[in-house]
Amino acid sequence: MIPPNSLPRLMHAASDRPLTLAQHEAAFASSTSRTSLLDELEASGLTGRGGAGFPTAQKARLIREQRGHNKFMVVNAMEGEPASHKDQTLLSANPHLVLDGAEYLASMIGANNIAVCVARDNPSVVNHVGRAIHERTRRSLRGPKLELHTPPWRYVAGEESALVHWLDDNESLPQYRPNRPHILKIGHGPALVDNAETCANVGLIGRYGAQWYRSLGTAATPGSTLVSVTGAVDHPTVVEVELGTPLRTILATAGADPDPQAVLLGGYGGSWLDGSHLDVAYDNESLKPLGVSTGAGVIVVLPKSACGIVETQRIVHWMANESARQCGPCAFGLPALAEDLSHIAHQSRDPRGAHVRLVERCAVIEGRGACRHPDGVIRFVRSALDVFANDFSNHVRGSFCNGTRATRHFATVPSLEREEELVWE
Amino acid sequence: MGVRRRSGSFVLRVNPILCDGFGHCAELAPELVQTDEWGYPILRSEPVPLTDAGVFESARYAERGCPRQALHIHRISEKKPQ
Repeated sequence: MIPPNSLPRLMHAASDRPLTLAQHEAAFASSTSRTSLLDELEASGLTGRGGAGFPTAQKARLIREQRGHNKFMVVNAMEGEPASHKDQTLLSANPHLVLDGAEYLASMIGANNIAVCVARDNPSVVNHVGRAIHERTRRSLRGPKLELHTPPWRYVAGEESALVHWLDDNESLPQYRPNRPHILKIGHGPALVDNAETCANVGLIGRYGAQWYRSLGTAATPGSTLVSVTGAVDHPTVVEVELGTPLRTILATAGADPDPQAVLLGGYGGSWLDGSHLDVAYDNESLKPLGVSTGAGVIVVLPKSACGIVETQRIVHWMANESARQCGPCAFGLPALAEDLSHIAHQSRDPRGAHVRLVERCAVIEGRGACRHPDGVIRFVRSALDVFANDFSNHVRGSFCNGTRATRHFATVPSLEREEELVWE
Repeated sequence: MGVRRRSGSFVLRVNPILCDGFGHCAELAPELVQTDEWGYPILRSEPVPLTDAGVFESARYAERGCPRQALHIHRISEKKPQ
């Protein structure tokens, strides 16, 4: 058993090979049966680690109350964020902890199918998960049916309705959900979608209980979380930290630039945070007044030598290409935003007009897509307008910063694919 | 048809996945729909009372006239006094 006040939890006993089922059970001690897992989960105060930070127990309860004989538990390890590596790290360290959590959640909601979704572009993780599932089914065929699914890797394919759409109909496209909360269904069976890290946390809560879980973290946001730190760092890493750790400490563990210009928190649909706020505690409650959130646990460090507008433009350009092109405001609006940003970032005829258009278009596009993809991009652009306000006014006046012509970029952006080459099924 | 309730309010909603930006709704219900620079509708988000018969009628025209059947009228019933 892991002692209550210690880290690592999720990465306990991790080595460079994934743990086998026997090793996993030796390291974590066999699970004790608890009477009411859902109450225990509610008491633990676990929030989702996929980005939205919604209370997991509340979501599970909603699906539990649904009728249906064929419910699904979906483990989302799609990891659409290019700067995030946490699910991949977790599944290559200990896939059984994630599967444990998925089985606990399945028993809570009464599901008899568990679908683990891993992007097919990541064959080593697919292998690890496949082997872990094989080990479990060889040991016993009781319990819910475990299945591995490999949707294509797209940014929006990890969005829950797109994932359920893929499982239902082999298309990774988000669905229209006018009334919230919306119960996603595979066939006729209600589906509960949870991030892989959330499932791993549920695996721990199921073993050791809520009180143990609350021994780390703050009162409002208990537990630990995995953070992927990239950008201007010595060694890009995934670290497990207690929620409520100062941001500066997290950056120091990755060997980051001690005096950055800004950090990107949450992911590519997240927000920039000015470099002067590094002493804030890393949890959603403390970050909320600054208008940022932990999101999917992504931190990208941007040094003073870089140009924030160029980095923003590169990310927005890629995000625009990753749009599913289902909704007009997203399909036409996001490329327009990227265009405006590149007019501001580089020499152009009318940077002032582009700046005005950018602000106007943000207001026009917001909230008009079927999923939250355009809203995320707009939050990101707005935070850039806010944090890099000085740079924007300099660029508009025609005086470019030194970073504009630099060849080194800090936010990793995958190479663009042509629209007709994007794979959705 | 029966008796139509005239209390409460409605909003016009669009399914953005179905919508292809034909622009018929902006012609049929100009008081509820504006179009953006790409021709996609921007709908008035605040609820309109059902007693406003003219607006409701044009909302129904827009709903019926949409070539992609992407619009629907969402009724909001008034909260019952507790």
